[in-house]
Parts: sequence; C-alpha cells; structure tokens
Amino acid sequence: MLARQFDALLAAADSDDGIDFDGLHVAHESDGGYTFATPEHEATGLSESELHAHADGSPYVTNWYFWEREVQRHESPRRAFLRHAEAADDHGVHERYDALADGMVTEWGQLRIEATLADAAGDATPADGSRRYDVRHVDDADHPVEELERYDDPLEARELSKHDDDGMYRPLKTGTNMPTGWAFHDLDWRDAVETVETLYPATVANWYREREGRLDIDHWTDTTDRQTGIYGIVSELPREAVEWVAEAACDDSQCVKRREWQYDEGDDLAADGGTGAFPCREPCSLVIAAARRWTKLEEEEPREYTFHLTPSEKDQIEGVIDAVADGRVDEIREADVYEDANRYRTRYLRAKLFDDHGNLGSVPTDPEEGHDHDDHDDHDDHDDHDDHDDHDDHDDHDDHDDE
Amino acid sequence: MSQALVIVAHGSHLNPGSSAPTYDHADTIRAAGAFDEVRTGFWKEEPSLREVLRTCEADEVYVVPMFISEGYFTEQVIPRELRLDDWDVADWDSDGLSADVATYTAEDTGQTVHYCGPVGTHESMTDVLVRRAESVTNDPDVGEGFGFAVVGHGTERNENSAKAIEYHADRVRDMDRFDEVQALYMDEEPEVDDVTDYFTAEDVVVVPLFISDGFHTQEDIPEDMGLTDDYRTGYDVPAAVDGHRIWYAGAVGTESLMADVVLERAADAGADVSAAIESVRETTRVAPGADD
Repeated sequence: MLARQFDALLAAADSDDGIDFDGLHVAHESDGGYTFATPEHEATGLSESELHAHADGSPYVTNWYFWEREVQRHESPRRAFLRHAEAADDHGVHERYDALADGMVTEWGQLRIEATLADAAGDATPADGSRRYDVRHVDDADHPVEELERYDDPLEARELSKHDDDGMYRPLKTGTNMPTGWAFHDLDWRDAVETVETLYPATVANWYREREGRLDIDHWTDTTDRQTGIYGIVSELPREAVEWVAEAACDDSQCVKRREWQYDEGDDLAADGGTGAFPCREPCSLVIAAARRWTKLEEEEPREYTFHLTPSEKDQIEGVIDAVADGRVDEIREADVYEDANRYRTRYLRAKLFDDHGNLGSVPTDPEEGHDHDDHDDHDDHDDHDDHDDHDDHDDHDDHDDE
Repeated sequence: MSQALVIVAHGSHLNPGSSAPTYDHADTIRAAGAFDEVRTGFWKEEPSLREVLRTCEADEVYVVPMFISEGYFTEQVIPRELRLDDWDVADWDSDGLSADVATYTAEDTGQTVHYCGPVGTHESMTDVLVRRAESVTNDPDVGEGFGFAVVGHGTERNENSAKAIEYHADRVRDMDRFDEVQALYMDEEPEVDDVTDYFTAEDVVVVPLFISDGFHTQEDIPEDMGLTDDYRTGYDVPAAVDGHRIWYAGAVGTESLMADVVLERAADAGADVSAAIESVRETTRVAPGADD
C-alpha cells in the first residue's frame, strides 16, 4: 500500500458513507474509532495507526483504490469491461488477486486480453493493486511477447489492423481476418480499453448496453427504411434474400459480432446470429452496400438455360463455389487435382466448357441480344455511375463527391 | 463538464487511405490537448456515424464534418445517422456556404451535440489551400510569379460544391499574393483539363479541394491535366505541361493545417480551444526549405 492510498482510505473512511466495496468495509464510527472489515477479518475501535496496520498489505485496500480512485467511471462501459476482464462480479478479492498473479484472460472476438497485477518495484514501491494488460491476437496466445511486434500507443492499433496477414485492406474491423504477430503489452487500464476500442470500435459500448438490457437494436427493416440516396433501394430486397444476406455476411466465419438484428421486431431470421462476445445492433455499412448490389441483382427474372455437364463437372462447379465462398482458394495446392477448385482443374473446365465469349456451354447469357455475361455487368456499372440521383457509388470511386 | 471532439468523414470500403487525413488531423488536435476526447467516425468505416457518439464519455460533443461542402452528407446523412432527431437544415440558416453550428440532443446517448458546418466552407480553409501551395513548392513565401488553381468537382452533383470553390478562389485572389487565381472543375467549364489555357504564369500550383486522395485526385486529375499518361506511373512535381510547370498538390485535406480548420469550427461552436489553435498553427507550419 502506498502512502497516498492510505491517505485516500482515511479520507473516504472519514466521509459520511465510509467505504463499502468488493468486501472491504471501513468506517469512522461515532465513538471515534475506525472499523476495518473484510470477509475474513473484522476489527473495530481502531486508532489511525492501528487502521494503517490493518490496511497495509491488504489486497482489499489496493483493490478499492484501483477501482474507486483510479478507474472510477461508475456506470460506464469502460469500467464494466475492465471489471469483466477479471470477473470481478464473480470472485472475491483474494481469489482474483491469486488469479491475476497468473494472468486472467478474456477473449473478445479475435482478441486475447490478459489482465495481471503490476509487480512491486522493490520495498520502496510496494504492489499498489494497479492492473496491467496485454492485448494480442488469440492465435498468438502462446508466443513470448519478445517474438511479437510490440506496441504501446493504442492509436497504433488503427494502422496495424488496417490490413490482414496477406496485406489486404480490411473494410470491416470486426471481420475474422485480424492480423497476427503483434502485442500491446504492459498497458494501463486506460490504454487497454482504448486499444480494444480502436481494434473493435464501439463493441465495449454496445456490449455494456446489452448487459444493461438497453441495447438499441435496429432491425433490417428499420435500417433499410431510413436509407436514402443510392441505398434507398435496399428496402426492396425480398425477405427471403435478407436470409441469404445474413447467412453470407454475418456468419461467425465472417464477422466476430453476434447478430442481434432480425428482419423486424418479432420476425426473426432463420440464419444463425453467431456466438460472438459482443452484439451487432444493426446491419453495417458493408452489409448495406453489398445488399444494394444484391437488390439490383434480385430484380432480374430467372431464365431457363440448358447445359450439358458430366456429374463430376456439376460437382466441380459446386466445389468451386464452395471454395470461393469459404475463402479456401489460396489453401488449395497447385498439384492437388483432386480439389474441385484447383487451378488446373478449373482452367481445364473453362477450356472445355466456355466458348470464345466466355459463355458456359456456348449458351449466351441473353439469348435475344446475344450479350454475354460481362457485357451485362458493364452496363449495370455504367448506369450506377451516371445516375445523378446517387450520392454515392458502388465502387467507392465517387465516394468523395460531396466531401 | 467534459467535452469531446468528433470528426466525421466518409471513409471507404475499398481505399485504405481514405481515413488517413481524418486520423492525422484528429491526432494533431489530440496532441494539442484542447478536448478530453478526440474521436473519429465514418459513413463507410468504423466506428460508424451511427455508433461514434457512444464511444465518447463526454456529455458535450462537438461534431465537425470532414466534407468539402454543404450538401447531401452534411444535411441528411450525418444528422440522421447521429440521431439528431430535431435536426432541421434551416437551423444552420445557411446560404450554402455559411453553416456554422446547430445544437441538439442525441436521441440514443442524450449527449449535447454541437453540429458544425463542414470544414470545406470555413474561411480558414483558404489558408490551408495556400499552405498546401507552400508545402508542394517547399516555399513558405510562394506567390510571386505563380498562378494558383483551386479544383473542384463542379455543380453536376451539388451546386454548393462549386460555391465553395469560387468562395476560396475569390479569397485567395483577394490576398493579392499569386499572380493569377482560377477556379477549375472536373465536370464543367472552366475545366481542369485545360489548366494551362487559364494562366500566363509559367508556374502554376493546382490544389484540389478534396478531403482525401483517391480516384479523382490521384488518377483523374493528374491524367486530365496531362501530368502523366497513366497515373500508375506517377508524375513529376512540378511537371512540364505546354510550357508551364504544374505543381500539383493533391488533396488539400491531407495538409496538416486542416487540423486548424477543424478547431476553428469547434471554436465557432463555442468550444474553448484558443490555446490549441495557436499550438496547431505553430506545429503545422512549413519551415523555409524544409524537406516536406
């Protein structure tokens, strides 16, 4: 216990309310003596020096000081998150201090947050109960920190999480492609929360709201009804297709948030919302932008095409779609010709089944106009670009028009 | 009562550099220490405009849009997404250039939100345009013997966009610092393609009034002006075009003095940031001959 901690304890004990926190009870009684009580021990009628003797070395005191004089922020997401990181509502102070000595781990999406107690720095600076935190990718749990790229400033989390391990831009911060190989180590509580909030913005705030029973969910219909400009059409996407949107984009394999929004209040989607630690309270901008594309595509009427495929060719087409959808293409070995989505297998299929215009089975996409599929796409893009009512663009090229 | 600054910007699903100027200016202001919190929110990135307010602990929030002009985003998208429920564009009482601030309570967080006009129409933006010319020429006294062009999108999508370009071009002209000043547009006359037709000065600084570098500022404009045949091969600064030297500055929004405009917006809205404004002006200054 530091001198300033005892001074604070004394001041709090002398106040009207005294201290009643995490099992610690300290009060200045009307008879002039102090009471110092913990779940294991109670002493009354203490002088100030006797109170000091009881307080010195007590984890209850440093614990009180950390939460009530450093973190404070009652009723705030940050405090709640930090309390969660050491399961403070479930465990007593001794139990927690023992666990913190070994490190207490919380998984938050793909993040691993480990809370520990700051070490004592010799007799002159005894352990003061302050916590230290380590934030890294869950897959790096077993790496010594020396083997990871060390960061100290939470703001650096913006740049390091901007690209995945393959160097591709991550447009969705809660996508399942958080890069690995880094660690924010030995952070204080402020920087720990700030780092988590930078890597996964607003997740602490929304998790807290959910805990408090006041998560403000905007369902699909709420979200799409308020869209304007080029996203105004998204509300026209059929309900059936919204199921496919959720299955395609909001699955645990794609995003670490747990989808809490449904089609509408009382009209749940069948797709699995996932098991994430923190909620997704409305369709995100990425989902809305993709859904705009799907809305346009779903405006087309189905046509009947006749192709002749061997059973294995049909299987292979399904296998290629699966491999792309599951992001497995890069894992398929060059010579593994037993994989449907193997490059040679796919090139062979194309050589056999496509004509010079890229038409599968030489069947034109649009039999009346003889247009192939690529022409059709370009036409769509051109429409988008020239639509003057649009304030945005599907390909982001015109995103800055109104900036 | 604590106060926060929230800078809101467009962001991008495809261009990783879109958010960079917003982050940079937020960092400059954070370092100046005028606000208890400085946060950023985006239409296309996270935290979203929808959720940025709940990332602030402060009760009082100054929201400054990193947009060039008043229009669809500042008048519809941002107020709607921030849940400024009583928002009425008439509260800005603007002629298309004069939006300053209107104050609301955010429906979801209960915070007091001072919703400011966009950075692009603030008078101090003129200083940033000039500072951009200083940066690109590496000369804090650039002016004499130089022409100056401000480039914007034009009226096709938003008439206020052209108003902002004219406004700043007029103000640069009134400084009497550059030999010639011209507003140019991407999709209307006078067109940026013909930049050399509008200047007699051999040296011309061209500054696009855009927030971040992207398709238009890095690909379209350099090719349209003839700085390069293919943006992928890059271009020289200055580049020789039709007997002129074109000093193409890229998006003005990347200039570090932009942080000052953000602060000026907040100051106009009542935030106590005068010390920070002095500090930001000082730290973003171009040193003579500095290697920028």
